[in-house]
Amino acid sequence: MRRGRIDPVSLALRAVTYLAAAAAMAAGLGMVGFILFKGIPRITPSLFAWRYTSENVSMTPAMVNTVMMTAMALLIAVPLGALAAVYLAEYARRGSRVVRIIRMASETLAGIPSIVYGLFGFLFFVVALKWGLSMLAGAFTLSIMILPLIMRTAEEALLAVPDMYREGSFALGAGRVRTVFRVALPAAAPGILAGVILAIGRVVGESAALILTAGTAARATGSLMKSGRTMAVHMYNLSSEGMHIDQTYATAVVLIALVAAINALSSWAARKAERAMTGGGGG
Amino acid sequence: MSGQSGTNADLALGVRARSAVETAMRIVFLIAACVCVLCVGLICAFLLANGLPAIAEIGPLKFLLGLSWKPGRNLYGTAPMIVGSLFVTAGAVVVGVPIGVLTAAYMARFCGKRLYRLVSPVISLMAGIPSVVYGFFGMVAIVPAARAWFGAGKSVLTASILLGIMILPTVIRVSEAAIRAVPDSYYEGAVALGASHERGVFFCALPAAKSGVMAAIVLGIGRAIGETMAVIMVAGNQAVVPSGILSGVRTLTANIVLEMGYAADLHREALIGCAVVLFVFILLINLLLSAVKGKGART
Repeated sequence: MRRGRIDPVSLALRAVTYLAAAAAMAAGLGMVGFILFKGIPRITPSLFAWRYTSENVSMTPAMVNTVMMTAMALLIAVPLGALAAVYLAEYARRGSRVVRIIRMASETLAGIPSIVYGLFGFLFFVVALKWGLSMLAGAFTLSIMILPLIMRTAEEALLAVPDMYREGSFALGAGRVRTVFRVALPAAAPGILAGVILAIGRVVGESAALILTAGTAARATGSLMKSGRTMAVHMYNLSSEGMHIDQTYATAVVLIALVAAINALSSWAARKAERAMTGGGGG
Repeated sequence: MSGQSGTNADLALGVRARSAVETAMRIVFLIAACVCVLCVGLICAFLLANGLPAIAEIGPLKFLLGLSWKPGRNLYGTAPMIVGSLFVTAGAVVVGVPIGVLTAAYMARFCGKRLYRLVSPVISLMAGIPSVVYGFFGMVAIVPAARAWFGAGKSVLTASILLGIMILPTVIRVSEAAIRAVPDSYYEGAVALGASHERGVFFCALPAAKSGVMAAIVLGIGRAIGETMAVIMVAGNQAVVPSGILSGVRTLTANIVLEMGYAADLHREALIGCAVVLFVFILLINLLLSAVKGKGART
């Protein structure tokens, strides 16, 4: 078709498409490039000092808090999400009323903006349960936020496990529970892992929900019941104070590097999950 | 079955114990699955219980249509923020949707495999970058540029551009999947009838992917209206109805984060009322999404 004369409509469509793709690339690469270009020269050793002071605005305590926050949120959400996915994938009848309600609820949760989670966490964990602004309140709030993500990816991973695995297990005399824990869940593990990594990305990037639940204390917290800021919150505070623009650039670089690492890990896990399924199912 | 009576009894005991475990675990799984229903219930209950009394006290009409938000003088009109959220979201759609859908068409039908391996990770990276980083980029790059070109810094315009960029990955990923899901035979039929590659994609494959693309747009709208931190950093946050595209604006989300820290009593409850309004918007968007998806499933 390209051999003949090219009609103007096709030409215009192609031009517009290429322009749009170029614009999207420019926006993404431009932003990352801009921040890396400005930020990398501004990274100094004092930014990684163990103790935070208002002079060095070290991000180490925030990093420690981020790791703690992520671990806690996963500790709550992953078992819960995986067990819920087992119910949806292995036990429930398709289209029953219970399943419809559960699915509607998890879709609603997935659409709620993080600021609403933050406000709920503030009203429920911080005020009603009297936990105060604390790491624990933040972790519980975030675990609700990532629950639908983990449920969905775990359910998809379980559904991708070929039925013959289960049939083999039943044929050997295993019960349903044993089949779930010894056969279905291990086979689905790579897929579940991919979901968990996505969830880590969300926790690391979250700020609005945490400001209202975990607060913005800059020092490292020794206790779960104390306030502490994660990397993203730390960066928001630095930029809104406006006194440490250089350090904000550097912190942004570290955050972007973190996200890039998480993305690489996640696509690796997804590839592994795909291979596990096709390799196992196809023989 | 014809074993000794002892082994039979053992077997029966084992089966009974096992079935007790089976039943118990089944209930455990069901409870885990119901946690998300419980969470939705709790979120609704806490927002409504804390927000509705304040709305009633202020007066629903005054709350929704009042033009001035001055907590110091007990004026709680949220119209500026509602209009602000809608303006900024509309702006994000204008900026992000055409670029996003066209980029999705490019990724699904125009770009070669090797180029795809370069483009796709960039989109994933954009999806993963935290909103504070977007906001900071907007603050140090987009706002100064807007000030130089249009004479106005933080405004509806800068917020729209930034949000337009932020919804790109959502719009692109979901539309791309929708365009890829269209059977190749549609495109091939068009080309066989003499259509060019571009006409085949845009007049045949893309219309067939309409419901998926609509879902992508609705998801993008949801992301834009709920975005908080990035908007705070580029929108100016004046609690007045924006007079034009170059004036500052405050969204519902921004209002909550900016004032929640020091608000008390009716002020705090009015902020929760803002979250209720936002929640209603999100529920409407979810309804729209399932309507769009349902329509796609039927055709």
